[in-house]
Amino acid sequence: MDHTMPLLRRLVAAAFLATLGTALLAMAFAEPALADLPRNWQMGMQPAASPVQRDIHSLHHLVLVIITVITIFVGGLLAYVIWRFSADKNPNPSQTSHNTVLEVAWTVIPVLILVVIAIPSFRLVYFQDRTHEADMTLKVTGHQWYWEYTYTDAEGLNFGSRPLDAKGVRWQQGIRLLDVDEPLVLPVGKNIRILTTSADVIHSFFVPSLGVQRYAIPGRTIETWVRIDRPGTFYGQCNQICGEDHSNMPIAVRALPEAEFTAWLAEAKKKFAANETTPIREVAAPAPAQGSVPGGAVLAAVRQ
Amino acid sequence: MSAQDHAAGHGHGHDDHHHHAELSFAQRWLFSTNHKDIGTLYIIFGLIGGICGLIISVLMRMELQSPGMQVFSSGQAWNAAITSHGLLMIFFSVMPVLIGGFGNWFIPLMIGAPDMAFPRLNNISFWLLVPAFALIMAGQFVGSGAGPGWTLYPPLSNATYQSGPALDFVLFALHLAGISSLLGAINFITTIFNMRAPGMTLHKMPLFIWAMLVTAFLLLLSVPVLAGAITMLITDRNFGTAFFEPSGGGDPVLFQHLFWFFGHPEVYIMILPAFGVISHIISTFSRKPVFGYLGMAYAMVAIGVVGFVVWAHHMFISGMDVDTRAYFMAATMIIAVPTGIKIFSWIATMWGGSIEMKTPMLWAVGFIFVFTLGGVTGVVLANAGIDQYVHNTYYVIAHFHYVLSLGAVFGIFAGFYYWIGKMSGRQYPEQLGKLHFWMTFVGVNLTFFPMHFLGLAGMPRRYVDYPDAFAGWNMVASIGAYIGAASMVLFLYVIYRTFTSKERLADNYWGEGATTLEWTQSSPPAFHTYEVLPRIR
Repeated sequence: MDHTMPLLRRLVAAAFLATLGTALLAMAFAEPALADLPRNWQMGMQPAASPVQRDIHSLHHLVLVIITVITIFVGGLLAYVIWRFSADKNPNPSQTSHNTVLEVAWTVIPVLILVVIAIPSFRLVYFQDRTHEADMTLKVTGHQWYWEYTYTDAEGLNFGSRPLDAKGVRWQQGIRLLDVDEPLVLPVGKNIRILTTSADVIHSFFVPSLGVQRYAIPGRTIETWVRIDRPGTFYGQCNQICGEDHSNMPIAVRALPEAEFTAWLAEAKKKFAANETTPIREVAAPAPAQGSVPGGAVLAAVRQ
Repeated sequence: MSAQDHAAGHGHGHDDHHHHAELSFAQRWLFSTNHKDIGTLYIIFGLIGGICGLIISVLMRMELQSPGMQVFSSGQAWNAAITSHGLLMIFFSVMPVLIGGFGNWFIPLMIGAPDMAFPRLNNISFWLLVPAFALIMAGQFVGSGAGPGWTLYPPLSNATYQSGPALDFVLFALHLAGISSLLGAINFITTIFNMRAPGMTLHKMPLFIWAMLVTAFLLLLSVPVLAGAITMLITDRNFGTAFFEPSGGGDPVLFQHLFWFFGHPEVYIMILPAFGVISHIISTFSRKPVFGYLGMAYAMVAIGVVGFVVWAHHMFISGMDVDTRAYFMAATMIIAVPTGIKIFSWIATMWGGSIEMKTPMLWAVGFIFVFTLGGVTGVVLANAGIDQYVHNTYYVIAHFHYVLSLGAVFGIFAGFYYWIGKMSGRQYPEQLGKLHFWMTFVGVNLTFFPMHFLGLAGMPRRYVDYPDAFAGWNMVASIGAYIGAASMVLFLYVIYRTFTSKERLADNYWGEGATTLEWTQSSPPAFHTYEVLPRIR
């Protein structure tokens, strides 16, 4: 028993390390998928659709390669030490307990690695902080449990964006837990200042493919920014626990070329004109708990 | 560790029986002032708390196994479950076993002290935890439950959004657990500073004692801040104050700062005792002294000190000034350095040793590996730029479960297998112990490794239901969780086999590698040890 077990254990350990290494490398070099929502069995980040997210990707790739190498190094070292210095192979232990060169090395080398990571990291933090030449400003207000968008440069154009779902009812249309009745529409290629706040509890406005995330905190306005690279629909979700329906508070961003966006804006001003007089909260309270009617239908009825 | 004088500590068998005979059950276990008995109570309590937390996590994995709502009746019930899971595992499982259990048992035994400095304080420290535990469970079941998450962020935790007494129960439970921890910390610090055996200078203390000393200081400095924060929350909820209420001029972000000023040291409070345990096990089973003893001790001190100035890395997207974010990012990354020193020193301790892969060593080596993995993802999260994406996603869940659910818990199991013979006088079954390790190792890695993928794909935490695209890895994680839960059942069987074992153990059943003072005592040790103080040369 004692002769077979170590071999078995070594094989298990080796197999585990190999799998782990492959998995980490797959995360690093995974090809971007085509659409801007999560995919089943996805292992890496969602494909980038903004300069900030591109930079997050490249910094993450750098760090991922470094940490993969470190993990494999430590794992390999452990496996080697267990094999090489097992009691069978090495019955007389050394009593070495100091090696100044080694101790200095494993203090200084990690510091150097951290410096390598820190340089692009600091650059990214300052880059993603805010835009200094904003083409437009969008105010995002979190509510239990929907998002409200205000286009502050467009005569206060304002509308709510709700999930296409009613409680307990199987999803009727669109992508479950991601699609909304009125997506946020934004122009491509413009610097958009985003201001987040909340009307009740803390939410988090998170759109992975755009690299945007900020808490929406009542009593505060938090600034961030985005510039969307290409037309498309980009999905996100509320990312800070906000009560009962936290997991059903999706974000959908439709990015349009500038001309189409201008046309949409003109139409939207007419469509949502009523909102200026009717506070958004009263138009549609959260869907009733019995949940026998599909949410999409309820909301459509309310809108008409 | 230097050699010890073996003359002390023996020949108390007679006294031992004498004491046992005098004490009724209530006197021995309810009014206990004996560090060993209180340590035992803590370990049993932590086991019960851990099993409750584990049952909740199995329910959570059943819910998340596939999209849709399966197990929980509502989002609030789910939120109450995740809140209880977090609080139970931290305050009622990991801390009681590692700090109260191993700390009480082995601080006096390792420093050659007859007992803790304040034995009655020790008793109240333990017994405060029991009502706290009852209140946490009440928070789960009263009304619609307390569901703000263990981080308790207002306004979700104020009276409007968590109405009813459930959350007040939880907050009061945290006060009691906090007082318990504070009294324990005071006791530990006093004991370690004043009751070391003659000749045991600070630089001769075993590393477990260093770990407990740093942990006790972290508790002493951080818990009062939590107590202040939750007191303000309680008065906001019940007495009309507005500390965290924007409409009254209060600030929700202030709570986040106070909470994490406690919360970040808290994660080191959970992992440092495990560091201490692992150092002894690695040294014992390599039959070598710990490599770089002073570096190891001061790395823990450094982790403790720097751990107090990194709290806002939990708040990178709370709208802090960009320069502040840059500072907290830099400070956080620096923690990787002392942590790296510890990892490499453990490996260097094994290097050139004569390694026996007994069960405790298996857990210790497993600890080093999973802690490294959890540590390096911490470096990813420390980058405020990347955190803007992975903040609050399953990547964070994967990270902190690798360092805590795997790291700290591996430390607990390592310590259990290492010391159970000393504590009970009976040895665990070796093959079953190894099987327990491998089942747990496979189970938890299968559970938590895919969570990295889910987080990178953008799955937010604390979701009772998720878009269908996250189904694949969630299924894998759930299967892993069931394997992990099954390994816990196996562990209960291991305990049963241990306590029904007929084998009796020698004082130092691990042999020459085990050099600390507790191995000079009988297994189990006499009711009162070190009536003649040992002398450290």
